[in-house]
Amino acid sequence: MSDPRKITRLIQLMGLAGVVLLFLVPVIGSRALVQDLFGVLTLLILAQNWNLLAGFAGLVSVGQQAFVGVGAYAMFACVILLGMDPLVGIAVGGVAAMLLAIPMAFFSFRLAGAYFAIGTWVVAEITRLCFAQWKALGGGTGTSLPKGTTKTMFGVPEIKSWLGGSSSAASDALTYWLALILALATLIAAYLFLKSRMGLGLQALRDNEEAARSVGVNPTRLKAWVFMLTAFGTGLCGALLFIQITRVTPEAAFSVLDWTAFVIFITVIGGIGTLPGPIIGVIVFYFLQRTLADYGTVYLIVLGCLGIAVMLFARRGLWGLFTEKTGIELLSLRQLPPTENQAR
Amino acid sequence: MIWIDTLVQGVLLGGLYALFAAGLSLVFGVMRLVNLAHGDLIVLAAFVILSVATALNLNPFVAAVIAIPVMFAVGWVLQTYLLNRVLGDDILPPLLVTFGLSVVIQNGLLELFSADSRKLTAGSIEAESVSLGGVTVGVMPLLTFVSAVLVIFALNQIFYRTKLGRAFRATSDDREAVGLMGIRPNNVFAIATGIAMVVATIAALYLGIRANFDPSIGPARLLYAFEAVIIGGLGSLWGTLAGGVIIGVSQALGAAINPEWQILSGHVAFVVVLLVRPRGLFPRSKD
Repeated sequence: MSDPRKITRLIQLMGLAGVVLLFLVPVIGSRALVQDLFGVLTLLILAQNWNLLAGFAGLVSVGQQAFVGVGAYAMFACVILLGMDPLVGIAVGGVAAMLLAIPMAFFSFRLAGAYFAIGTWVVAEITRLCFAQWKALGGGTGTSLPKGTTKTMFGVPEIKSWLGGSSSAASDALTYWLALILALATLIAAYLFLKSRMGLGLQALRDNEEAARSVGVNPTRLKAWVFMLTAFGTGLCGALLFIQITRVTPEAAFSVLDWTAFVIFITVIGGIGTLPGPIIGVIVFYFLQRTLADYGTVYLIVLGCLGIAVMLFARRGLWGLFTEKTGIELLSLRQLPPTENQAR
Repeated sequence: MIWIDTLVQGVLLGGLYALFAAGLSLVFGVMRLVNLAHGDLIVLAAFVILSVATALNLNPFVAAVIAIPVMFAVGWVLQTYLLNRVLGDDILPPLLVTFGLSVVIQNGLLELFSADSRKLTAGSIEAESVSLGGVTVGVMPLLTFVSAVLVIFALNQIFYRTKLGRAFRATSDDREAVGLMGIRPNNVFAIATGIAMVVATIAALYLGIRANFDPSIGPARLLYAFEAVIIGGLGSLWGTLAGGVIIGVSQALGAAINPEWQILSGHVAFVVVLLVRPRGLFPRSKD
């Protein structure tokens, strides 16, 4: 068991088995479990996106709730105002979030370093206050999806006849699978992106901006791309979340605690700047929440203290500690030197 | 006439925002630290004043005098044992540590004091007003604004006229060189944060008398404070006062048009100023 490569192989196989098991949960598990895991997976998607922003592009955004909220509201607008299927609304939600990211980047990229965090937060507040003025979607008090929308959603009747059980259970299964697919797709996309030429440029910028610029990496353009792409992913996730919640209010859709603070702690505790980090973080978060559920806000205090402790003593989080102690790496972004015939 | 009245109320409100912001401006000027827990520390100070006032049955102004050394100590301890450890070239650790601190303080206060709205009661002075050339203003808002001007004047005096201020400026310019001159940067930072918490306590006093507060209102105050600092230009204390006034006036004007637009127009003013003047109105130096 001393060879890290063998253990790495083993963990990879276990991960693959885990994914298969996760796909089977709606078939073999209880509905409560499906709903719980849906919450975990959506937080994981948000955390992966924030990790790309803060951990790899150095863009510490505290305004991710803007994209969740816009995604959710765009989906509601599609369903309520245009009578579209909620699943189409999800795609529109992602695009709407990406469109918001353009002016947001234009403004907040002017703010250097730490002030970027404040800039994104202010833009998220402005967006929340504007959506609270949208009277067709309930203004400040919000609105609900029309009764039965999720039960007749594309794919739900088929899943119902296949799994048996109620329409609500079938719609939970559908949103769960979508969340699982989105989480996997985000992970794979992030891996491929970071391995690509652009991703390499991004990591070069993080390690030494001057040196990266001198070999032709354009920081603003690269960072703007990451900002837009993660906004897209976050918007998709926001729309998906609110299909399951079925009710939207400006406070819930643009909640800085639910969609940004939790996500930051998850990423930091798991390991910021590593791909497996958010996965570890979301598992820790889930068990912490379950264990301390009876003690009110205590789990938030514990979460905050854990985040601070990680920043003080282990900046690469739990995953970073694990890698350091065992030499096991998963989804490693290390680039091997080119071989003879690859080198020009 | 109603517009002049709105304008004056806005300027006076800006005084409160400048008080929120002055501590942040000082801390940023000395150590380039962006403290995301500042709003919650102001709320913490308000609860300290409230506790002292209730326990000893004192007027909040007297209670604040007792709270000031307590909060100075809080700032000193926080800087010495937590924030000094994460200061450095990497912006991520200080941001995330202060963000964590913000969540911890907010929920700690929630556990201790519940989510109920509280208020500091200062007696008859709250209802008194004076007439200033046709515009009637409340004594408390006026006192808030005058305090803001005095606090910023005092901070400027400390910064440019005292030995401590010289240490602040020197440490801000070159941390290593200052060490060679026999000054401990970490001590200087601890004193700066302590002073910032003294200003936060003064801000908390006026916040608590002016309106209800509860543990959750910190982040919103933080945003107003940061907007004031950035509008004013990083490192300029008088600029921070100007920034506070701009936010206050925009909020008052927005509220006069439609009460729902109060907060929104303050944020929009911030965005507009930054689009026109990316480095704020009175930037001190290249940061």
